[in-house]
Amino acid sequence: MREKLILSLAALGTLLLVWDFNTIFLHLPDEALQGAIYRIIFIHVPAAIGAYVFYSVAVITSAMFLVKKDFKYDSLAVACVEVGATFTLVNLVTGSIWGRIIWGIWWTWDARLTTQLICFLLYLGYLLLRPAVTEPTQRATMSAILAIFAFADIPIVVMAIRLKNVRTQHPQPVLETGGLDPSFWPPLLISFAAVLLIGTALVLVRLHQETSRREIDYLRRELHAL
Amino acid sequence: MTGWSAALAIARKDLQTELRTKESINASASFALVILVLFSFAFDLGREELLEISGGLLWLVYSFAGALIVNRSFARELPNDCLDVLIASPAPGWAIFLGKALSCFLLLMAVELISLPVFGIFYNVQWTGAFFSLLLVIALATWGITVVGAAFSAVTVNVRLRELMLPVLLYPILIPLLSAAMELTTALVNGEGLGGDNSAGVRLLVGFDVIFTSLAIYLVDFILVV
Repeated sequence: MREKLILSLAALGTLLLVWDFNTIFLHLPDEALQGAIYRIIFIHVPAAIGAYVFYSVAVITSAMFLVKKDFKYDSLAVACVEVGATFTLVNLVTGSIWGRIIWGIWWTWDARLTTQLICFLLYLGYLLLRPAVTEPTQRATMSAILAIFAFADIPIVVMAIRLKNVRTQHPQPVLETGGLDPSFWPPLLISFAAVLLIGTALVLVRLHQETSRREIDYLRRELHAL
Repeated sequence: MTGWSAALAIARKDLQTELRTKESINASASFALVILVLFSFAFDLGREELLEISGGLLWLVYSFAGALIVNRSFARELPNDCLDVLIASPAPGWAIFLGKALSCFLLLMAVELISLPVFGIFYNVQWTGAFFSLLLVIALATWGITVVGAAFSAVTVNVRLRELMLPVLLYPILIPLLSAAMELTTALVNGEGLGGDNSAGVRLLVGFDVIFTSLAIYLVDFILVV
């Protein structure tokens, strides 16, 4: 049942993505000022939003682990953080490629770029901490606390970077300003749906792996006890 | 014994141990001095440029020194299972944590106040004119470093490669705090006050302190059973 669900989600997500790529690459015209490279927005923006959706699930499940001490919440949290961090990396890399073409540089310490990088570093710390702790309850509790601290830090990071009055080279977010051409909305929404479906499939795969690993760990401990 | 008196007793015990052994304060103050000397080799700056980055230099030194101090905070209790005894004592978790954070705060403030004149002499930076404003900024940012640092010191106390893990986890969380402290310190040594545009930086420091002190106190019971 679980495998069928994962396969269905992944297949549906991939199909949507292929269909969307067909629209984006073969049917949408080039943008007046940026040319062909603007198409990266259809991956760049959904990856960023997708990452924050998974981080939000991770912080909720981390808090639930602390309250209920049920390991399934810890497994779900780590799966969501891994997928969220991957999407943040996709967002950073695609943004960097776009920057190289439009700005002529791979990186600048712009407000949005810096925020995303710090966010990636926060969750990288989370992923580095886990293998350093061997005892399962200890590992899950530490990770949950770290996930809550990291999530609380993100709005303060945004505020701190705005305070510095850094020059903002990043385009004004078209989703907020309403500057997106109506014909771009359907492919963007489909891309967002595809990112969420593929992300959820990846979370379920990692959840299954974490559950199996915990069972193996438990059996190994029992064997040692005998 | 109330929670507050327990917190003060723990802070006093830590400070007394530190004053007798001087293990972290000596290392931290010497390290701050070495970093200050290293910076003079790393950058060949004119007077104007130096004043522009003075806040950044100073807070890098302080954050390195801070990581050394908070690292020992809970690790000091490991020999002879002292940490288990502290947790089993009638003192509430928040009192243990606040006591530890308070002792780290006083130790780090001491290291900072020792290295501030050294910084002024080595780099010919006038800081005495804005001493009280600078003291306020240093106190607010140092409390932020020590409160998050003490929480992470407790989280990582049993982790392999603790000395390496703590900075990896701590610095990304501290970025907004350090960024605001750097901006304010640069403004103060350049003759500006804490009012006007700079008041937003002070509000950020206060906000960071309040949010993370509350979060740490709320989560401390989960942290300490780890």
